[in-house]
Amino acid sequence: MRHIISILLENEAGALSRVAGLFSARGYNIQSLTVAPTEDPSLSRMTLVTAGSDDIIEQITKQLNKLVDVVKLVDLTEGPHIEREMMLVKVNAAGEARNELKRLTDIFRGRIIDVTATTYVIELTGTGDKLDAFIEAVGTGVIMEAVRSGVSGIARGEKSLHL
Amino acid sequence: MELTGADIVVRCLKDEGVEYVFGYPGGAVLHIYDALYRQEDVKHILVRHEQGATHAADGYARSTGRPGVVLVTSGPGATNAVTGIATAYMDSIPMVVLTGQVPTALIGNDAFQEVDNVGITRPCVKHNFLVKDVKDLAETIKKAFYIAASGRPGPVLVDIPKDVTANKAEYHYPESVSIRSYNPVGKGHPGQIKKAVDLILSAKRPMIYTGGGVVLGNAAELLTEMTRLLGYPITNTLMGLGGYPATDKQFLGMLGMHGTYEANMAMHHCDVLIAIGARFDDRVTGNIEKFCPTAEIVHVDIDPASISKNVKVDVPIVGAVDSVLADMIRLLRAVERKPDKDALAAWWQQIAEWRSIDCLKFDGTSDVIKPQFVVQKLYEVTGGDAYVTSDVGQHQMWAAQYYKFDKPRRWINSGGLGTMGFGLPAAMGVQIAHPGATVACVTGEGSIQMCIQELSTCLQYKLPVKIVNLNNRYLGMVRQWQEFFYQGRYAMSYMDSLPDFVKLAEAYGHVGMLIDKPGDVEGALKEAMALKDRLVFLDFITDQNENVYPMIPAGAGLNEMILV
Ligand SMILES: Cc1ncc(C[n+]2csc(CCOP(=O)(O)OP(=O)(O)O)c2C)c(N)n1
Repeated sequence: MRHIISILLENEAGALSRVAGLFSARGYNIQSLTVAPTEDPSLSRMTLVTAGSDDIIEQITKQLNKLVDVVKLVDLTEGPHIEREMMLVKVNAAGEARNELKRLTDIFRGRIIDVTATTYVIELTGTGDKLDAFIEAVGTGVIMEAVRSGVSGIARGEKSLHL
Repeated sequence: MELTGADIVVRCLKDEGVEYVFGYPGGAVLHIYDALYRQEDVKHILVRHEQGATHAADGYARSTGRPGVVLVTSGPGATNAVTGIATAYMDSIPMVVLTGQVPTALIGNDAFQEVDNVGITRPCVKHNFLVKDVKDLAETIKKAFYIAASGRPGPVLVDIPKDVTANKAEYHYPESVSIRSYNPVGKGHPGQIKKAVDLILSAKRPMIYTGGGVVLGNAAELLTEMTRLLGYPITNTLMGLGGYPATDKQFLGMLGMHGTYEANMAMHHCDVLIAIGARFDDRVTGNIEKFCPTAEIVHVDIDPASISKNVKVDVPIVGAVDSVLADMIRLLRAVERKPDKDALAAWWQQIAEWRSIDCLKFDGTSDVIKPQFVVQKLYEVTGGDAYVTSDVGQHQMWAAQYYKFDKPRRWINSGGLGTMGFGLPAAMGVQIAHPGATVACVTGEGSIQMCIQELSTCLQYKLPVKIVNLNNRYLGMVRQWQEFFYQGRYAMSYMDSLPDFVKLAEAYGHVGMLIDKPGDVEGALKEAMALKDRLVFLDFITDQNENVYPMIPAGAGLNEMILV
């Protein structure tokens, strides 16, 4: 099953490679990984999407907790949560496709943030499924380039991951 | 007062109570060596290869319980140390490794003798640090010792660029440190302990299985107390030997791939398994599908990640083994319920039947020296009271099977990584920690050659280690597998061009002895032990074709042993 693990990590050189190294050394799967400093500059927040049986996920969380740089973590998929991913897509917007692309972007509540005579850059935020659906809708033929941020997640309600 | 980084390093070691540093100099650590030279509190042991430094520090740590300390230079100094760091990591040995690094301004430039020490050791340390500012040096070293020795112990590396050792800062060594992201566990959960005690007392066919955690956690006495209180049979893993007195009647011997028949059969047939400070390693469980098919399992371990990693357990208890055992004993004494006497009597009767097979018997009449016989005699001649280190191979298994360790920290071997070359340098570390003690290194002619250069270190520091070389002219364990599983195609299992070990020992300034008759074994051992202040290299020419039995072949269960 797919799991989203949110990690508070010491904002130190090498912390990211410890997490990444753990996953490769133990053969765990990483579907996406995002990391950036938090409002507390001594901490980074990482969101890691992985998949595996319950036993494997249990090992992953235990092994992550064992890393000295890991301050706290939570498996967001254990409770109600929100996940978002951002995507920038550069599309070929010459000729007839131009209007259709604008329309699709509106339907998906995206925004066109850069325009030339022949291209658009579209910004889109949502769940991974929504981004996939958009790519399918516009068709890979017109896509020149797509860049996805990877998943960020947060628990719903009062629950929060903090020190 | 301001001190240079190099002086800070040495002051930290002194204030940490470090007696010995095992190391080897080089460009990046010259300032530190100069600081060592200018004081007398911290003594430096000069090895002949950095692998030797790590194993020696490791032997020191295993035999004392205090962290071993290593100092090596950047680049090749550090890479040579990696095998020893990984060895310590696999067996959870507390160790602090200080590595030199190129000056901060050159890091990342492919500078002379630059290697990414933090990167290269990341998968085989408990934690590591790169110190970029001399102001952080003392606190980082304090953290390194704290992390190495607390919780589940392990090696911690501190990488120190050369300019950091030249720069100055105010010296202050913190009394203690706390790390917000690192909180090792102490006591076990009372509810879980209660559940465990209930299950333990309900057993009809109980079995206690303990590992290196009991030795590392200084819990051997408590384990003995609980085991005697219960009257249950007990087995130790290779790493756990000495955790329970081997001469006691409740002890069934070692378990696992080369464990005794009775230990493995009792594991297979038990209904309640009490696992303490052990990690269900594949060399212990055999085929995991067939492991302890009828048992409910209690597992006590300090590392939550060890619990239910390989085998799902029923009552997990995360905690320091000494604390959990003390709580269990208290509860066992307090509750009314006692072990089921009748069931236990029947179980012991079954065990006696398994024991009567006498799976460790060997041919005592042979006119070639049997390796088992040498270990048996070593046990007798040393009164069972030696520190025994070993290398890796058949000799290691025979040492584990035939030397009966009654005390913890006496059996020093590389169980997890299985590092040939470990035995001699580890023996040096043990001998340095225990100058008056008998230290024997049981080795093979393959393994001993992997760190043979340390014979020179032994001369320099007058370390009277007794090397017991079980010389079968083969990489015996490899040969055994080739005999069993490759129809006797002995590819590269090596018997050629061996050195004359007696002359070699003599060339290094030691005593060498060649023993090729069974009748001479005991006399030679006695003679060697009598040479109290000399290193003696005993080269025993042993039976070339002897195999280690019992053996569980790959894929088999613990009840499917090959007996002879
Ligand atoms: C550094 C290293 N290389 C290779 C091995 C694989 N290996 C395991 S046992 C063994 C043979 C050891 O031979 P020897 O030291 O002569 O001991 P014996 O088995 O004959 O007692 C080998 C090569 C190892 N454990 N460690």
